[in-house]
Amino acid sequence: MSTPSVASVDPAQQRRSFLLVVCCTIIGAAAQVLIKKGAGALGPNPTMVQTALAMLLTPSLFAGYSMYGVSTVLLVLALRHGQLSLLYPVFAMTYVWVTILSVLVFHESMNGFKLAGIAIIVGGIAVLGRGQSA
Amino acid sequence: MNNTPFSSIAWVLGASFFGSFGALFLKIGAGKLQKSLVSVVTNWRLLLGVGFYLFSSVLFVLGVRKGELSVLYPMVSLGSVWTLFWSKLVLGEPFTRAKFVALGMILCGIALLGLGTR
Repeated sequence: MSTPSVASVDPAQQRRSFLLVVCCTIIGAAAQVLIKKGAGALGPNPTMVQTALAMLLTPSLFAGYSMYGVSTVLLVLALRHGQLSLLYPVFAMTYVWVTILSVLVFHESMNGFKLAGIAIIVGGIAVLGRGQSA
Repeated sequence: MNNTPFSSIAWVLGASFFGSFGALFLKIGAGKLQKSLVSVVTNWRLLLGVGFYLFSSVLFVLGVRKGELSVLYPMVSLGSVWTLFWSKLVLGEPFTRAKFVALGMILCGIALLGLGTR
């Protein structure tokens, strides 16, 4: 495949960006778990105002949404260097962390499908990781 | 799949589509970032990127009111397919075999996680 002149990226910088996106996914997954934990504080059919208040007043919801904010800032910093098409798919690691955290925190069951899914996702991201220096 | 109405699938696919524009504009905005708070706050590309993300999450919430999460949640990851195309068309990043292989693996893996969550 031909490679047109993309702004050449320093491989070390591209790797740093890659690791930064992995950090984002860890924070994002923790945020999701906190939000799920806090969602119980909301009734079955919360209004917009109730939801907004709960986001501010329920500690786990507040922490969860704040972490989403932090993860967005980190993502922007990561995206300064490196190709979007190499960095963005790394976001799938969020699914891996959420699956693992759900087993640990919510005692969801682990099974063959989940294990295979985790392995293939990590494999795919490893392929991208190798492509980082290309 | 039978318990997941088409409307839910459409909402979630819409969410993945608009979310990919969020990624694109964050990337373009990040490239123009400077070391001053004013330049961050007035960086309309970043703001537009965040706006697309928020819009996308509203669509997602509308989508998951009905239907199976194990079907709908993995569909969000299709956003990275759209992003691959915007990266090529708008940013001029090359298509490489590694990118397609990796994306294919990641999507398969996420689909398997969906199956495991049933």
